[in-house]
Amino acid sequence: MKRYTNEHEWAQLDGDIATIGLSEYAIKELGDITFVELPEVGVSGNKNGGMAFIESVKAASDIYFPLSGEIIEINSELEDKPELLNEDALSTWISKIKCSDVSEFEDLMDEKAYLAFIETL
Amino acid sequence: MEELKRTVLFDKHKELNARNVGFCGWEMPVQYAGVIKEHDACRNGAALFDISHMGEFFYEGDIANSGINNSCTTDFVKLPVGKCKYGFLLNEKGGVVDDLIVYKLDDTHLMFVVNAARIDVDFARIKSHIKSGRFENRSDETSKIDIQGPNSKEMLQKIVSFDLSELKFFGFKQTTLLDVPAIVSRTGYTGELGYELYVGNDTAPKLWDKLLSLGAVPAGLGARDVLRLEKGYSLYGHELNEETTPAEAGIDMFVQYKTHDFTGKEALLKQKESGISKKIIAFKTNSKRSPRDGFEIYQNGKKIGYVTSGTYSPSVGSGIGLGFVNTKLFDEDVALELKTGRGSIPIYRADLPFLK
Repeated sequence: MKRYTNEHEWAQLDGDIATIGLSEYAIKELGDITFVELPEVGVSGNKNGGMAFIESVKAASDIYFPLSGEIIEINSELEDKPELLNEDALSTWISKIKCSDVSEFEDLMDEKAYLAFIETL
Repeated sequence: MEELKRTVLFDKHKELNARNVGFCGWEMPVQYAGVIKEHDACRNGAALFDISHMGEFFYEGDIANSGINNSCTTDFVKLPVGKCKYGFLLNEKGGVVDDLIVYKLDDTHLMFVVNAARIDVDFARIKSHIKSGRFENRSDETSKIDIQGPNSKEMLQKIVSFDLSELKFFGFKQTTLLDVPAIVSRTGYTGELGYELYVGNDTAPKLWDKLLSLGAVPAGLGARDVLRLEKGYSLYGHELNEETTPAEAGIDMFVQYKTHDFTGKEALLKQKESGISKKIIAFKTNSKRSPRDGFEIYQNGKKIGYVTSGTYSPSVGSGIGLGFVNTKLFDEDVALELKTGRGSIPIYRADLPFLK
């Protein structure tokens, strides 16, 4: 089950490992993705801290840690094929985080709450 | 906030699931299927753009003696009937009030096509030059649809009663489209074979649907900006403004100095002698990183200029951009970089157009 932030990241939790991506809404808003600056493995961050950076033909945006923890894996395929995010935002992950506090996951929005949230934007 | 204006094609864009953006006071489609797809449609097929937000003025009178011929850098007396020309409306300092295209409809009639954001400023300024004749702003009743791309001729030919091969670049014809008066112009902002169509608002939705049914792909302002930048064309508010002369923007060749006087001419001639203090340079990145409007340009750790336009270019395969550099500080032989707030991006000088 995915949960969402109001910055449009999604997180999926398996034990204390969270897989992170961007919502379909965010990708659609950005348009054709041309560049993803991935974080380095081993870097730690706090929830809402800067994690990565994404550019489309016409826009750019930061990507934030949805949960506090350490980056343990990155999807380096995105370096050559950032357009994978346009093809399928929900199955294209960006990074995996070893969470320092899994209870933070419960604070994120579930899909229903997120869909209601983007209606207000 | 002032409410955004909508073109008569607004509902058509909605049906096509366009994403809109506020642009110069107008709510305009920025993209439909996606900027890259729309860009590719224009380079390889035919793309359709709603450009109805742009302004159209009409003059009727004595072109040579009314004063109108002193309003712009183009000599309308010399301009042949059936031809249009790109030029500038300048202030006294030679700064660009707007860039515009003027059509010589016949010996006593002109049409001015101007940027949406500058309609009121331009109209007042041109009018101030005119001592006789009639000058009208018909922007609100005129729609403009551009069809651009290698297949545009073949598509448009199906609804045009004359042979489109008659139209040379910057030539136009006053004709009919769907049985109503229209202007068909062999011009555009994409660098491709293409046409700009001017019709009354009532006809625009029918014409739009007709061209879509012939296979043209709707394209938004996002693709239009990428397409123009790949060809190195200036955009008002980016490369051009009242503090910039055509020479500084690198497009002095469109100014007709020899045959007529115009506001700003003295200042331009003076600048030709004293030299320009800033100039436009074109550059690429060596990655998919895009230069962005406002990024600072550095050389040897020193700020020497700023980016005016930038994008990722699908045709070039890297980021491309234009920017101004201080001519005194700029060194042709020293490496350039952009400072972005997220570190720096190396850039490399390029010749225009980026896409040959």
